[in-house]
Amino acid sequence: MIRVVLPAHLRTIARVGDEVLVTVEGPVTVGAVLDAVESLYPALRGTIRDQVSFERRPFVRFFACEEDFSMEGMGVVLPGKVASGEEPLLVVGAIAGG
Amino acid sequence: MGTRKGAFILTSDGKREKWDISGPHFAGWEIWHVKGSPIDPQRLYVSQCSGWFGQMIQRSNDGGKTFEPVGNKFVYDGVPGTHQWYDGTPHPWEFKRVWHLEPSLTELDTVYAGVEDAAMFKSTDGGMNWNELSGLRGHGTGSQWAPGAGGMGLHTILIDPTNPKRMYIAISAAGAFRTDDAGVTWKPINKGLNSLHIPDPVAEVGHCVHRLALHKSKPERVFMQKHWDVLRTDNAGELWTDIGGNLPTDFGFVIDVHAHEPETVYVIPIKSDSEHYPLDGKLRVYRSKSGGNEWEALTKGLPQSDCYVNILREAMAVDSMESCGVYFGTTGGQVYASPDSGDTWNAIVRDLPAVLSVEVQTLP
Repeated sequence: MIRVVLPAHLRTIARVGDEVLVTVEGPVTVGAVLDAVESLYPALRGTIRDQVSFERRPFVRFFACEEDFSMEGMGVVLPGKVASGEEPLLVVGAIAGG
Repeated sequence: MGTRKGAFILTSDGKREKWDISGPHFAGWEIWHVKGSPIDPQRLYVSQCSGWFGQMIQRSNDGGKTFEPVGNKFVYDGVPGTHQWYDGTPHPWEFKRVWHLEPSLTELDTVYAGVEDAAMFKSTDGGMNWNELSGLRGHGTGSQWAPGAGGMGLHTILIDPTNPKRMYIAISAAGAFRTDDAGVTWKPINKGLNSLHIPDPVAEVGHCVHRLALHKSKPERVFMQKHWDVLRTDNAGELWTDIGGNLPTDFGFVIDVHAHEPETVYVIPIKSDSEHYPLDGKLRVYRSKSGGNEWEALTKGLPQSDCYVNILREAMAVDSMESCGVYFGTTGGQVYASPDSGDTWNAIVRDLPAVLSVEVQTLP
């Protein structure tokens, strides 16, 4: 299972705890993981990425294994440790605003 | 009530003296608007927004005890095109948020949404799916619309209670528009408006209309708080007349009409468009009982010194009790209520986040 850690506000929306678990068929890309998350929790559609263009929302970032995967598009393949469930994909809301 | 940091529901009995507060609902999110269905008061819609996570629409079927997320996919019909940017250059239409939700007067699952960048959407399945009423943006003047300081939002949606096919809407800064065919086609209704801050003060569009209001018994009579100027039309927007009369300043955001007296109108004058607080630090509601022009200051119970809050365009509402209640919320987090048509006021809650919108349901 792939582990995904959501920002606090999105956990509230999805009514989940610290982590959600998803499965992905084929390459474990950022887009494939988000497809699986949105399929399990449809209320999250549009909150992490645009529903039409699938572009990442500007104040959302993706981290895993101490690397930033935010800027490489939805097709970027995540590390094997994420695919194996050893490490989570972190969906992070930017520290900004008031 | 919608605030910068969540929604709150205030409840009272008919005396409207003691209020219970629930919330914050959706804590930490900007709640631009909460509105109940006039058909089923248990049905509420909420516009929930975040600069991080975008737009959510929440729906309640139990009067706000529980909510469920519904559809949040707002896609412009066809090629969105461009409107004017602040400097007059073309700028592509981009969805940002829902400013206003207006449930139908006749169909429980029909609800309209006014959005930024300005457009109107309609759902016929309780908010699950949204389709643009693109005749509004597409009627010909859309490329001339421009954002006001707060963005280019469609805020007011008024449905004619005698003719559901007739609706009025207003956009900052484009003006007022009317449809007579349930939103298929639209026409600008801005004749009589005079806006000195735009290149052509009497242009067909481009006016920064802040709010419209009407009384259900006279739906062809509509009141307007424009950026500057308070106006009225008696013929469904074919011509507007200035009714500012003796107001100390005719800048402001809110305007509303008494529940039982169609000639009684309320505004809250704000000093200017560069200061956005009450004149002389005195929070005064002004009431006209003659459809405008002659106004009286209502001050009893309102702060009359050192008050520098603003009252935003969606933040005034009236109830339909026999003695009409009037309510408004401030950017300082107070909600003031008058159970006697504005004669006396009390702060029914203080120290909330900045209030973005106030709506009232009068339950049997």
